[in-house]
Amino acid sequence: MNIYHLDHLQYLETEAIHIIREVAAEFERPALMFSGGKDSICLLRLAEKAFRPADIPTPFLNVDTGHHFPELNTFRDRRAAELGGKLIIRRVEDAIRNGIAIPNPGEISRNKLQIPTLLAAIEEFRFDCCIGGARRDEEKARAKERFFSFRDAFGQWDPKNQRPEIWNLYNGRINPGEHMRVFPLSNWTEMDVWEYIRREKLEVPTIYFSHRRTCVRRQDQWLPVNDLIPPKPGERVRELVVRVRTIGDIISTGMVESPADTVDDIIAEISAARVTERGSRADDKSSEAAMEDRKKQGYF
Amino acid sequence: MPPSSSPPASAAIPANHPVEILRFNTCGSVDDGKSTLIGRLLYDSKSLMEDQIETLERSADITGGGQINLANLTDGLRAEREQGITIDVAYRYFATPRRKFIVADTPGHLQYTRNMVTGASSSNLAVVLVDARLGVIEQSRRHTYLTSLLRIPHLVIAVNKLDLVGWSEERFLEIRDAFESFLPLLDIKDVKFIPLSALNGDNVVDSSKHTPWYNGPNLLAHLETVHIGSDWNLHGFRFPVQWVNRPNNPRNASLHDFRGLSGQIAGGIVKVGQKVMILPSGLKSRVKEIWTLGGSLPEAFCPQSVTLVLEDDMDVSRGDQIVGLDLLPGMSTDLHAQVCWMNPRPLQRGRNYYLKHTTQTLQAIVTSLENRIDIHTFEPQPDPAELGMNDIGEIRIKTAKPVVYDGYGTNRLTGSFILIEQGTNQTVAAGMLMPPQEPVRPEYNDFAI
Repeated sequence: MNIYHLDHLQYLETEAIHIIREVAAEFERPALMFSGGKDSICLLRLAEKAFRPADIPTPFLNVDTGHHFPELNTFRDRRAAELGGKLIIRRVEDAIRNGIAIPNPGEISRNKLQIPTLLAAIEEFRFDCCIGGARRDEEKARAKERFFSFRDAFGQWDPKNQRPEIWNLYNGRINPGEHMRVFPLSNWTEMDVWEYIRREKLEVPTIYFSHRRTCVRRQDQWLPVNDLIPPKPGERVRELVVRVRTIGDIISTGMVESPADTVDDIIAEISAARVTERGSRADDKSSEAAMEDRKKQGYF
Repeated sequence: MPPSSSPPASAAIPANHPVEILRFNTCGSVDDGKSTLIGRLLYDSKSLMEDQIETLERSADITGGGQINLANLTDGLRAEREQGITIDVAYRYFATPRRKFIVADTPGHLQYTRNMVTGASSSNLAVVLVDARLGVIEQSRRHTYLTSLLRIPHLVIAVNKLDLVGWSEERFLEIRDAFESFLPLLDIKDVKFIPLSALNGDNVVDSSKHTPWYNGPNLLAHLETVHIGSDWNLHGFRFPVQWVNRPNNPRNASLHDFRGLSGQIAGGIVKVGQKVMILPSGLKSRVKEIWTLGGSLPEAFCPQSVTLVLEDDMDVSRGDQIVGLDLLPGMSTDLHAQVCWMNPRPLQRGRNYYLKHTTQTLQAIVTSLENRIDIHTFEPQPDPAELGMNDIGEIRIKTAKPVVYDGYGTNRLTGSFILIEQGTNQTVAAGMLMPPQEPVRPEYNDFAI
């Protein structure tokens, strides 16, 4: 191997930086989705690499379901402030109050309600592009999505009619009312994300590391006990040493029993894991096409 | 499913962690077993997780009569599973202790050229599947031709379903001979033929006991060892300016006059102090600094993303190209290229499109259609009336501003473009530029230095 050679993380990094700069150059009003989760933490570092020493030219956008882990929101707010970025938060709670999002009676999950909330935010700020941290290895429908994923005036993804994406030539042209979702981490795996966090010494929220938590056994998972889903009589409740592998809402994120309290431990744990990251997300399990259906409506 | 527990110590990170990425794509006709092959690679290399296998088993009960259908791993869309076909390119990721792999599964039927070009444009290697019962068919020729056209450095011909022809060496050699009769007409340097059965896993990850007459590597062993170190172009510095970096209100006063040119190096190597030329203006300067977040670099190379600071303050913006003086590119408003047409509305002379090349998008008009390739003979047929969906041909284009370029055979990044239909904004063509007639002759000489 010669010295003019990139290892896999450097290759993924240069690919992602190129994509982020294309967005800054080709769109009028792009936003960067930042939740405080591990993928968007990498995304922020890549944005720094793409734009420094200038400021990151995009605001940060987060849709708050009201069911976020509090640790995550604290981290999100602090990181955005440290980077000197403008953080825009739009809440599902408000969308429900304004009639933009209409909850399904009896359904506690706000997963689907994120869709109208996000689309309303895109309309409010006239964002023509949203950069997100989704990865193709997360899920089968995502495995089919382009780096530049076109959304029509209704925010819909049409998987059967995607633009060809060739070499590093991304077609970002849209008509008014349409927008683009751009995924610079498309080619990254869960392992790549953690290796990048280790290499770049990136801080992540504490819930990724091992901690004690009271959990309830439900749908073959340990869910964190909280006010939204109080344990029912007869359910098993235990205090366990756990961490999260992927962060969704607090009512649907399975806690993984784990002693891993450093990034090295997490990497060792993932390399030996026998279930995928999203195996601990109840929202993807409802049917084989759960993600595809949500994406067609405008989900990330 | 049980929650994943802490790992057994024996299964920790492999000692030689993968450091290199190999990108490959699989192509073939419908039912050649592409998705099954990828499924097999993932399954046998233990890249599948329990919940993925569980999902497979769940869908097998419904659709597969109890047998696990490995194709369901890549066929991610509802319509694909219902129809048992692959609609769009699917990407998969797996790693062995030696390498990381990005796999593009490119479907073989409708819009096959579009899909293959999407999946293969940045591949190091293409796997063309052939059904041993059917031998070389039109799609095999088309995919092999596209592999050559896209200058994918390595080709594997996977002769699949060999179990269905009784593991016949004779049949394998017949198919190899059929390919070798036309391979010399193409521009492919490295070809490997591998006999296999994706369904049963023979010669995919584990070498088969059914092919004692075959001494070569199995597919995974080949993917792990094929040399890809020289697949990027390191000759002739090319830097399409992507974004001008000017801090607005720098807290650091030394950055007040900072004017960086950000982009991804599309060819060659750049060093601090090196003399460079900006095109199309022809102005010259020297590289003062190679700025990155992690600190300044003494040199940088393709395909790194960096920010260059030049010694002279001059007018440079997105779409300009900074190049080394040793190997100069071509520059013209008249372009000659091969294109793959990917739209139901045919390409005709006189049509206007947007042409995106490196970091610039220009108005362009198609001035002539030189030929259309007959995929059966690979012979160009001159003066076609139009190029239809999936057609490949040579065209001439006039652009509103000069394009700074290399031949696609020399540099895949500065020798390629896409055409975008005005109005619908659809990407309608992938273009590969012919080598320039002569290198650029800048009108400015050494005044700037």
